[in-house]
Amino acid sequence: MSITLFIIVSVIKIAIVLFVLLTAVAYTVWLERKVVGRMQNRWGPTRVGPFGLLQPAADGVKFLFKEDLTPPHVYKPLYIAAPMLAVIFAITSISVIPFGNWITVGPVHTPLQITDVNIGLLVVLGITSLGVYGVALSGWSSNSKYSLLGGLRASAQMISYEIALGLSLVGVLILAGTFSLRGIVDAQAGYVWHFIPNWFIFRGFQIVAFFIYLTAAYAETNRIPFDLPEAETELVAGYHTEYSAMKFAMFFMAEYANMITVACLASVMFLGGWRGPIGGPQWLRELEPLLWFVLRVFVFLFVYIWVRGTLPRFRYDQLMAFGWKFLLPVAIANVVITALVVALTSH
Amino acid sequence: MLHLILFSVFGIICVAGAVNLLAQRHPINSALSLVVVMGSLAVEYLLLGAEFVAAVQVIVYAGAIMVLFVFVIMLLNAGEEEQTKGSHVAWLLGIPGMIALTVIVCWAVLHTQSAKVALNVNPGASKAFGNAPDIAWLLFHQFLLPFELTSILVLIAIMGAVVLAARPDSAEQSRGEG
Amino acid sequence: MVPLSYYLVLSGILFACGVTGFLIKRNIITIFMSIELMLNGVNLSFVAFAAKWQQLSGHVFVFFVMVVAAAEAAVGLAIIISVFRTRETLNIDQVNLLKL
Repeated sequence: MSITLFIIVSVIKIAIVLFVLLTAVAYTVWLERKVVGRMQNRWGPTRVGPFGLLQPAADGVKFLFKEDLTPPHVYKPLYIAAPMLAVIFAITSISVIPFGNWITVGPVHTPLQITDVNIGLLVVLGITSLGVYGVALSGWSSNSKYSLLGGLRASAQMISYEIALGLSLVGVLILAGTFSLRGIVDAQAGYVWHFIPNWFIFRGFQIVAFFIYLTAAYAETNRIPFDLPEAETELVAGYHTEYSAMKFAMFFMAEYANMITVACLASVMFLGGWRGPIGGPQWLRELEPLLWFVLRVFVFLFVYIWVRGTLPRFRYDQLMAFGWKFLLPVAIANVVITALVVALTSH
Repeated sequence: MLHLILFSVFGIICVAGAVNLLAQRHPINSALSLVVVMGSLAVEYLLLGAEFVAAVQVIVYAGAIMVLFVFVIMLLNAGEEEQTKGSHVAWLLGIPGMIALTVIVCWAVLHTQSAKVALNVNPGASKAFGNAPDIAWLLFHQFLLPFELTSILVLIAIMGAVVLAARPDSAEQSRGEG
Repeated sequence: MVPLSYYLVLSGILFACGVTGFLIKRNIITIFMSIELMLNGVNLSFVAFAAKWQQLSGHVFVFFVMVVAAAEAAVGLAIIISVFRTRETLNIDQVNLLKL
């Protein structure tokens, strides 16, 4: 492919992924309100459009028209930059996630992924660790005690559970042998005993790693049961107390975009990516992997929302003790056992 | 050509971040410009073919060590710094001295014959030069002893940091309760 | 193509900025950050030489430098916190007596 064609195709892919991601963020909010509402035996949004489907549009218009108040005592440069940083890092990590197989549109033969780097998994982990800055800086620059405490607690929680998150993925890396996300999905091809798919959650006993990843992901994205830094009864609203209108909407977007990225990563690493039965005409064959991928991400998001509606939240010291004293040793034990099994069963 | 453009752009960002670290008075601004320096250094490492080192730079340096710095600045509520007599002397002698030294060293490096070799990084190779399996091979075969020693060093650092930063009254409290 | 000397000059400039920051700054945390800047300059020259001689030992050394820098940052910041707790100041000119 010539370089201009490559650039044009990449720009189109980036535009499509960005549009789909932002729409998915808006409709994940709708899904959460509906599902949590149904679990609590009430309807959720029903008035704006059929089944409340236009509620995210109404919310967007509301955020645009709200007064964007900047309190006088904040540290202005960081106050304005922190939500931007949060959103930038939340959206950038989707760029290495593979959504499907190679497709051919006219003269262009391209993978359904913005870019496939050799170190794709490390890129996602790196951008996740940079996401702590949005939280920490917003808490500090707001210059109020609730924000500072909420920001410190949230960032300490995020960096503690990042370690367990990374270590839970090392077991999968040992089995797959590559950091590239497309390579990890390709290593899950085929079936065991003809009907159990060869996903990493089944083979190699990475089910323990899957549950460590799930728990660490809930803590990374500040969701229940680990959302003490944002709970209204605790710290008003934690690190985004002093924010209004569009800046608050950016924090909101960053949180849900992080959720979607974590769900995509889980379906790539543990649930087999886009693999599934494929049939039908040629043009449909190229789009069906995308549907299988979206199905997995949807299941993961539904579990996220299900847990939110069901569990109470941890107290902060319980949260930190759980992360350091239980989850980290179990993740290390998982790495050691996986490495032992691989070393002893191969030549 | 593209290599030279990318090197120049990210080199200028690096140096601008480093100079901004010196020029800012509030430590939080210095910390954030250091994060910018580390990010642009990660891109420079990618230009040299060191993909694993670039990723580790972002994860460890920009994502963990600098977060630790930002935490401490937030906790201690460090304000803008004051200028004292000692710092004026350091300004007058230090900055011209360092500039002179840097100019001499850079002139010497730029005119060395063996350093004029262009670094050829092959972007289309199937296996990149600095890929993780090769580095891991070296780390566990040739450099195994330093690797194990650095793990002990990190353990000692963890214990030392916890002991140094713990409040003295919390130790007595836990002894009283337990 | 970029010659090796350009990378070494960039590494030298970063190191010089680190030394200058170490000399002229009065806040303990900023001095510590200048030390990290010096270490980063050295890392860049390690990686540049590894690319020239096509040996990965340079990358392994950068790995070790990063680990040592992390350990040093953790312990150094813990010391800074203890100093702040006892002397109530972060100005290095006022931390000049062994006894308070």
